[in-house]
Amino acid sequence: MKLHVNGRDYDIAVEARRTLADALRKDCGLTGTHIGCEHGVCGACTVIMDGAAVRACLIFAVQAEGAVIRTVEGLAAGGLHVIQQEFVAHHGLQCGFCTPGFLMLAVAAREAEPDLTDAEILDVLSANLCRCTGYQNIVKAVSASARRMRET
Amino acid sequence: MTGWVGRPITRFEDDALLRGAGHFTADLPAEAYLRFVRSPVAAGIIDGCIAPDGVMMITDTDLASVPPIKPIIRKFGYVPIAQPVLARGVVRYTGEPVAAVIGQTEEQAEDFADLVSLNITPAPVCVTAEAAMAPGAPVIHPGMADNIVVQTALTTPGYESANAKAAHRVVTKIRSHRQAALPMETRAAHAAFDAATGRVTLTCTAQMPHLMHRAITAMLGMAADELRVIAPDFGQKMSLAAEYVVLVWAALRLRTSIAWVEDRRDNLMASFHARDIAIEVEGAFDNEGRFLALRGDITANVGAYAPYPNTAAVEPLMSFTELPGPYDIGEYSCAARGVITNTCCSAPYRGVARPAITLAMERLLDMAAMQLGMEPAEIRRRNLIRIFPHTTPTGLVYDNAAYVETMEMALLAADVPGFRARQHAARARGVYLGLGMSSFCERTGYGSAAFAARGMDIQPGWEHVDMTLDGDGVVTARIGASPHGQGLRTTLAQIIADAVGVVPANVRVVHGDTDHTPFGWGTFASRSLVISGGASLIAARKIRERLLQQAASYLEAADADIDLRDGYASVTGTDRRVSIAVLAQVHGGFADDGFYDPLGTFSNATHIAMVAVDIETCMVRVERFIVAEDAGRLINPMIVDGQIHGGVAQGIANALLEEVIYDETGNILTISLADFLAPTAHEIPAMTILHRETIADATMTGAKGLGEGGTIGAPAAVLNAINDALAPLKVTINEMPATPARLHAALRGTK
Repeated sequence: MKLHVNGRDYDIAVEARRTLADALRKDCGLTGTHIGCEHGVCGACTVIMDGAAVRACLIFAVQAEGAVIRTVEGLAAGGLHVIQQEFVAHHGLQCGFCTPGFLMLAVAAREAEPDLTDAEILDVLSANLCRCTGYQNIVKAVSASARRMRET
Repeated sequence: MTGWVGRPITRFEDDALLRGAGHFTADLPAEAYLRFVRSPVAAGIIDGCIAPDGVMMITDTDLASVPPIKPIIRKFGYVPIAQPVLARGVVRYTGEPVAAVIGQTEEQAEDFADLVSLNITPAPVCVTAEAAMAPGAPVIHPGMADNIVVQTALTTPGYESANAKAAHRVVTKIRSHRQAALPMETRAAHAAFDAATGRVTLTCTAQMPHLMHRAITAMLGMAADELRVIAPDFGQKMSLAAEYVVLVWAALRLRTSIAWVEDRRDNLMASFHARDIAIEVEGAFDNEGRFLALRGDITANVGAYAPYPNTAAVEPLMSFTELPGPYDIGEYSCAARGVITNTCCSAPYRGVARPAITLAMERLLDMAAMQLGMEPAEIRRRNLIRIFPHTTPTGLVYDNAAYVETMEMALLAADVPGFRARQHAARARGVYLGLGMSSFCERTGYGSAAFAARGMDIQPGWEHVDMTLDGDGVVTARIGASPHGQGLRTTLAQIIADAVGVVPANVRVVHGDTDHTPFGWGTFASRSLVISGGASLIAARKIRERLLQQAASYLEAADADIDLRDGYASVTGTDRRVSIAVLAQVHGGFADDGFYDPLGTFSNATHIAMVAVDIETCMVRVERFIVAEDAGRLINPMIVDGQIHGGVAQGIANALLEEVIYDETGNILTISLADFLAPTAHEIPAMTILHRETIADATMTGAKGLGEGGTIGAPAAVLNAINDALAPLKVTINEMPATPARLHAALRGTK
C-alpha cells in the first residue's frame, strides 16, 4: 500500500492489523510520532489526516491509504514553524515525548479555526496528556502562536 | 556586568525534540522483539509454563546462573529480599514477569506470549499492609514471618515529659493511596550485540545508567567493557528493571539486537508503584499553639519486592526521618515499618514519601489551629523554624533558609482576607470554596554521607565531571549525572559559561552514555543541578585558572587584569584581547575534572490552593494555585518554573485523581488511562510562582534542589482546601486522592 506523508509517498507492505502509528514509525521511519498508550487517551501519537487531528494508534494503516497525512517531521520548513518557536520561547516542553502530539493537535485546531479563543485552546489541548509541564507553558505557547499567526 | 547564571535562556534540548528528532529508546529498530509473559494472579505456585513448538521462550531455568536482584541495607532490622529476574517457582504479584518470548516483530512476540500456557496454583494473598501484618497472614518471603521488611523507632529522652505538659493534643490519621509515576514514555530497552567486539550496547530508559551498567555486568558475569549503557529517558526509571537484565542476557545469547517496549498496561501493572502509606500523627501543643512534641506512626505498603539500589526501606525510613518537616516540633517519638504485600514493587517516585508526611503534618496543623481557634497561617508562623542551622530530632541539619518569609510571600499573594469574604458570600449561595496551605522543606542534593547513614550497601552521592576546552573554543563537559527532561544541558552550560568565560552555546554537555562519561550516579533526590552543577563549577574554575595564566602570558598582562567573558580574554581597561579558542590552540587544549560530594541542602516552599467543591457531584475544582519557594540561587528561572509547574500538576493529580487500585484478590483494576486518571489541561489551574533566593552556603553554586518540591506540597494544600471548604458541614477528608467517591461517602448523612 501507499501512505502519503508530509508530501511524499511511502510504498509499504503492512499487515492489516498494523496501526498508522506503527506504520509511520516502523515502516516509514518517521519516529517523531510517539506512542504513549495505544488506547487513544494520551494523544502522543496525534497526527493530521486530511486536515483533522487524529490518534494514529486508533487508525489502521490501511485506513489511511489515500489520505494526506502530516506528522511532526513535516512541520518545520527549514526554520521552525511558528508554533515550534513559541514552544521554545515559552518552555512548552521538557522531556519532549508528548510534544509532537501537542504540536499536531494545536496546528490542526488552529488551521480549522484561525480565531480560537484562549478558552477554546484550553478545550483543544485537554485532549492530550503531558506529564512534565503541568500544561502551563503549552497553553501559553499555543495562545502566543495563535496570536502571531492571526497577525501575519 | 551580569553573567549567564540567573537568565531565563531558552533550552539547547528543544530544537531536536520539536522536530521529532529526539532520541527515544523505542525508536531503535531491532532484529528481534521480546515480550514478557506475566503472572495473572497475585500469589501462587508455578506448575508449568509451556510455549508452542518453535517459539523461543526464556524462563528462570535458562537464567539459573543469574543471581536475583537483592539490594541491601545493614540497619533498621532490614531483611533483604531476593527478586529473581524471572519468577522462580512462585509468583508474588499480578504482573510479575514469568517468562519472555521472542518474535521477529512486536506483533509476533505478542502473539507468542498469548500462546504460552502458564499454569499457576493460586495461593492466599495479602494485598494491604493490615492484612499482611495480621496474625496468621500468609508468609510472602521465606524467613520473614511477619511480612515486615524494615522497622525502626525513636523516642527522644524529653518526649514523655514534654507530651505530659500539653495544653492541647491533636491526633489525626492520613492515608496516601497507591500511585504510579506514569511517565508518558513507558519503559523500553534495546540490547544490541556487536559481533566484532563481543560487546552489548543497552539503550534503555534509566536515570542511573552507570549503576545499571554495574549491576547488570555483575549479574551476568560480564567484564565492565563488555557492556555499554545509553540512557535517554524520562521518569519512574531510577530502579533496576529486571526486564533489562533479560534483554542483555538474550542479546548475548542470540548474538543479535533485541528490543522491548513496555505497553501502558504493563507500565501501570508491573512497572514501579509508590506512596502506599498510612500515617498517624499526634501533636502536643501549648496554649499558644506551639509544638511541644510530635508522635508519628508510619506504615508503608512496599509491595512484593525491593527496588535496586534503594531497597524496600526507602519510603518508611524517609517518612520516619523527615516527618517533622519545616517545624520546630520539640520532642519526637516515631515508629515506622515497611510491609511486604502481594502487590507491585514500590520505588522512588518524585517526592518520595514526602507528599504523605507533608499531608500528615499539614492536616495536623490545620486541625490544631481549628481546635485552638487560630488561623492556619498563625499556627505555622509560631512553629516554622527561624534559626539556622537547625538540627532535627533525627539528626538532619537544615541549612540557612527563610521558611516564615516564604510563607508570608504566599499569603500576601493569596489575599486571604479577600478570599474569606468571597468564601463567606459563596456559602450563602450554597457554593463551597476553600483555601488550603502547606509548608514543607525538602532535603536535596545530598551526597554519599546521607546514603551511608542509611546503611545502604550501595552508597550513591557524589558526581564527577570531566571537562575539556578545545582549540575551537568549545568546552565539553562529560557528566556522570543523567538528565532526562529537566534541561540540565542548558543550566550546566550557564554555570560553565560564566566560570570559564565562554557563551553557553559553546558548552557541550555529554551525558547518559557509559562509554563517554565518567562514573556518576544519575537523576534522583533533587540532586542533579546541585551536585553535577557543583562538580562542573569545580572543573570549570580549574580550567579558568589555567586560562587566566595563558591569557596573561599571551597578552603580556597580570593575571588579575584579565577578564574572561563570552569567548574572549581581554585586559581590563584596554582594547587588547584574544579569543579563548586561540588560547586553547596555543596551549594544546585544556582538560581537567571536578568531583563533588556535598552534605545536602534544604529548599522550602509554601503552597496555597483555592478550590471549589460541588457537594452534589463531589467534584473538586482547583481554581488557583500559588507557590512561594526558596531554592537558593536560580540558575535558569524559566526552567525552575517549569519544574514547579510539572511537580504541582502531579501533586494535584495525587490529591484528586490518580490511584492504583487492587481488588481483594490482588488483581489490579487500574491498567489503562481510562482507569488511572491523569489530569488534563482542564484540571490544572494557572499557577502563580514567587521566588526567594536564600543563597545556599552548603552548595558550590548557591542553588538548592527543587525538582520534587511541587509534588511534595501540592497534595496537602489541596486536601486542606477541601477541608476548609467543607468545614461548615463538619466533614473532614484525610485521604488522597480525595475522589468524588470518597467525598460522597464523607458527605453522606450531612445534607
